[in-house]
Amino acid sequence: MTHTVTARPPAPTAPGGPLCTAGRSPAARTARRKALLHWIAVHCLGIAAALFFIMPFVFILLTSLMDDRQALTSALWPRSWNWDNYANVWNAPGFLTWWRNTLMYAGLGTLFTVVSSLPVAYALAKFRFRGRRIATMLVISAMMLPPQVIIVPMYLFWAKQMHMTGTLWPLIIPMAFGDAFSIFLLRQFLLTIPNEYVDAAKVDGCGELRTLLRIVVPLAKPGIAAVALFQFFYCWNDYFGPQIYASDNPAAWTLSYGLESFKDNHHTNWNLTMAATLLVMAPVIIVFFFAQKAFIEGVTLTGVKG
Amino acid sequence: MTILHGHSAALRTKRRREGLRTLAFLSPWLIGFSVFFVYPLLSTVYFSFMKYDGFKPPTFNGLTNWTYVFTDYPFFWAAMRNTLWLVVIMVAARVVFGLGVGLLITKIKTGAGVFRTFFYLPYLAPPVAATLAFAFLLNPGTGPVNQVLGDLGLPQPGWFNDPSWSKPALTLLALWGIGDLMVIFMAALLDVPKEQYEAAELDGAGSWKRFRYVTLPNISPIVLFAVVTGVIQTMQYYTQPLIAGKTASGVIGAGAGQIYEPGYPGKSTLTLPQLIYTLGFQRFDTGSACVVALVLFALSMAFTALLMRRRGGLITVED
Repeated sequence: MTHTVTARPPAPTAPGGPLCTAGRSPAARTARRKALLHWIAVHCLGIAAALFFIMPFVFILLTSLMDDRQALTSALWPRSWNWDNYANVWNAPGFLTWWRNTLMYAGLGTLFTVVSSLPVAYALAKFRFRGRRIATMLVISAMMLPPQVIIVPMYLFWAKQMHMTGTLWPLIIPMAFGDAFSIFLLRQFLLTIPNEYVDAAKVDGCGELRTLLRIVVPLAKPGIAAVALFQFFYCWNDYFGPQIYASDNPAAWTLSYGLESFKDNHHTNWNLTMAATLLVMAPVIIVFFFAQKAFIEGVTLTGVKG
Repeated sequence: MTILHGHSAALRTKRRREGLRTLAFLSPWLIGFSVFFVYPLLSTVYFSFMKYDGFKPPTFNGLTNWTYVFTDYPFFWAAMRNTLWLVVIMVAARVVFGLGVGLLITKIKTGAGVFRTFFYLPYLAPPVAATLAFAFLLNPGTGPVNQVLGDLGLPQPGWFNDPSWSKPALTLLALWGIGDLMVIFMAALLDVPKEQYEAAELDGAGSWKRFRYVTLPNISPIVLFAVVTGVIQTMQYYTQPLIAGKTASGVIGAGAGQIYEPGYPGKSTLTLPQLIYTLGFQRFDTGSACVVALVLFALSMAFTALLMRRRGGLITVED
């Protein structure tokens, strides 16, 4: 590095050049000062950006602790700290049911998705067969299809043929038949696992299923973890699905769907609505903190070299 | 490898066994794809030519639904215009901002982990919760944002209550949840070969020139990927504009109860998916809902095809 600095001919219009003439190596000192200024500028920008991302959470938290009357004013700071707002939300009718339903939807949905998508992704990534390219393109098309395109016939199917509307099963059952996004992500990940591992297992006499379970699954753990997290968050956040299939039956509502009706029932209580909002956000954020490494690793590994 | 040719019985059994094996591994998705993709898609086409209210048996009515949606339904072109606005402005803003934040995070040396977590967190906020939060933050009368703007002597927009500010407000919400693009850009930026930067520096390239001639060419596939997937996501934009409109309009009642005419204020937050819901599930006009669904399908697939082009495609699907 020093070599490149000294080798470079002095720039004729170096900013601050004359000030540094007294130093033993003016170029190095200018470079060091420039680096410091750069460091300060970058971190100031970083703090400004962090404020943009974090301030909404702060305002939500502060409002959630205000009393009912103050929450209607434009005050920013609570005059009293009403932690019992959270207890009130927690004990509000329906809230615990929504929690249970959301956990069931997200838990079962994630399990079904991983179990059904993994063999499909494995076949697309490692088997050679006619129509593999077409099959992969169909998976990508299905992944890009807006869920609303097919919602009318799907609703009629679950309502008239299966008689399952008013529950979350119309959302959970299809996940046992492969999810396009998860298949695609797992395929991308499995492509990075060298074929030699798979071939070696077969030479040892492993069948395809054993190869998948014993060799591929342990190697693909970060990819599987990322897919599981994505699917869990998808289910947790889903509003459209529960709105279509469960809106008539409050006993089947999820947190995302119930939150809106909570707002409706407490439309003057911004404090309670904001407390409920934070309680719905909290689990996702907590899961992220525990799984952050697997998550980021999965995301970055998926697109990049193996 | 294959010394024996096709007429060997042993090889044929092996081929057949491999075929069955492939079929077995693909079977979950083959069923899923037929039942939850092909069948409903064909069904959508069928219903688009039918008069059907969900109760009486469907009857054929030709192109009536199609002409109704394209010429008489006052909400369709409003939704198309909004989609165009969101595609041009919101997607562009997200890509530029995502790239900026991604660049910033690669330059931060102290506390990078903390900054990254902060930048990423809002992306995880459930859309309903995030939209409710922004409806509160941007409340024109008492919200903290206008409060601060007022203190600084700046104009206080009506945000979700003003037809000309509702889409910028949605864009702000979309910029808050930039975490996904940030991570993708961050990975792409870290992948740019260091030697190229050093070479450019030796040539006396300043930071703008290095960005323009080294960074951008290297990450341009990722930028394109972000643009195209952004467009496709915008086609599906549903929860945020719906909740924002509902909250700002003050309509009460989640499922049963009053019907919310989407797009508040003044059709400015209307999107195609909201039309499908309103037509199909509130007006029981199955045929027209399916027409809008097919328009949405055609638009999404056109952009998906861009992603998968054999030459210059963004997702490589090799043989």
